[in-house]
Amino acid sequence: MITTDICIIGAGPVGLFAVFEAGLLKMRCHLIDALPQVGGQLSEIYPQKPIYDIPGYPEVKAQTLVDNLMDQIAPFKPGFTLGERVEALEKQDDGSYVITTNEGTAVQCQVVVIAGGLGCFEPRKPEITNLEQFEGKGVAYMVKNPELFRDRRVVLAGGGDSALDWTIFLADIAQEVTLIHRSDSFRGAPDSAEKVVELARQGRIKLLLQSNITSIHGNGHLKEVSVTAKDKSVQILAADHLIPLFGLTPKLGPIADWGLHIDKSAISVNTVDYSTNVERIYAIGDINTYPGKLKLILCGFHEAALMCQSAFHYVYPNQKLSFKYTTVNGVPTF
Amino acid sequence: MITFTIEDRDGTRQALEIPEGINLSLMEVLKASDYNILATCGGMALCATCHVQVLEGLEALPPAQDTELDMLDTLPNADSDSRLACQIRVNESLEGAIFAIRGEDQ
Ligand SMILES: Cc1cc2nc3c(=O)[nH]c(=O)nc-3n(C[C@H](O)[C@H](O)[C@H](O)COP(=O)(O)OP(=O)(O)OC[C@H]3O[C@@H](n4cnc5c(N)ncnc54)[C@H](O)[C@@H]3O)c2cc1C
Ligand code: FES
Repeated sequence: MITTDICIIGAGPVGLFAVFEAGLLKMRCHLIDALPQVGGQLSEIYPQKPIYDIPGYPEVKAQTLVDNLMDQIAPFKPGFTLGERVEALEKQDDGSYVITTNEGTAVQCQVVVIAGGLGCFEPRKPEITNLEQFEGKGVAYMVKNPELFRDRRVVLAGGGDSALDWTIFLADIAQEVTLIHRSDSFRGAPDSAEKVVELARQGRIKLLLQSNITSIHGNGHLKEVSVTAKDKSVQILAADHLIPLFGLTPKLGPIADWGLHIDKSAISVNTVDYSTNVERIYAIGDINTYPGKLKLILCGFHEAALMCQSAFHYVYPNQKLSFKYTTVNGVPTF
Repeated sequence: MITFTIEDRDGTRQALEIPEGINLSLMEVLKASDYNILATCGGMALCATCHVQVLEGLEALPPAQDTELDMLDTLPNADSDSRLACQIRVNESLEGAIFAIRGEDQ
């Protein structure tokens, strides 16, 4: 089991900066994020967009801000668990918490900080009635281990970069690859689109344009996919795997069931220290709400600083905290 | 006044009357009218959560630009009458149109 002082759920900008503020007070942090990379909305939705309202930066690209935050917190050596979603939280007799993820990773901590933003980014799913029944039984929303598809019949759906890239990649591995796309042109990178069209011309993949998957069938495991074209004609494809690739969208997820006061998908907090209604659990950044709340990175940074001053009392119950500027000692690390 | 109709997720329809000359997108008007739509990216055509289906009046609207089409491609339930509400300016071209809200709710 991983042990730490503060477990931060969400490695967006606010979760990352909280590591810095905690580090100044000699509190160690472990961060967990459902995405495979850090940076939250900045890295997932708008990495190349410039941001203009970070003090000291007249303009900074979202991804650069994330990279700089990672540099800024490196001296404090935070732990990271990425690509796993926090599912449960359990209070221990001594007041500490054990947090567990969907992959079974467990983290014991004195304080929990929810910096979950808009929630977990989850795959967008096509509207197929029995889709969830086949999840893990042929239906997957990402390619974790391409070897799983060796010599199998794979159907991919989508028209963006990941659908194109995986179609090209799996063409060499799978027995049969079919790409289904609702439109007749691709919006992904033009050279990937060209490659996919060329593979189809050579007969190495099947390309079904202006088509949608309308139903899936199987018996315990996926067996067939029905595809309806724009002209309403239907064809049935034998398939061992279906990979819908339509990007990610945020959902509040398991946090909603933890007994915290929730107001319109956000956690209500006390603005003195951004604590929630449950002792030792704080919520900072886009996930919290209070009168006057602004969903801005700047506001989340401020909340992180105040949260840490309050969390200190749980991590070091016998010590008195005296406030010091970083200009006094620089950035003292462990 | 520009009048168009909004069909909510439960099928209920309501006519909206918007003064001419206001510089708002359909997404902003929907939010201001208390419709439950996410609009995560605030109208930058980056999130596709403001998806609407144009049930009537699609031809009168200015065509979607590449960035809008890119985002629509990320929606499994998009069709040829799908648009992003944040990319539609509220002007005379909307007169008489009917939009169904399709995006995820908050
Ligand atoms: C297009 C766009 C432009 C923006 N421009 C600006 C701007 O110019 N200036 C500004 O200040 N703000 C801007 N914002 C808002 C800004 O991005 C947010 O305020 C900021 O990202 C909030 O940071 P956060 O760390 O609270 O949450 P997020 O960035 O949302 O990160 C939260 C993280 O928590 C993870 N998570 C949630 N639940 C779980 C769970 N159960 N298990 C594991 N992980 C979980 C998520 O995967 C996510 O990575 C913009 C937002 C968008 C979408
Ligand atoms: S509000 Fe994000 S795409 Fe329209």
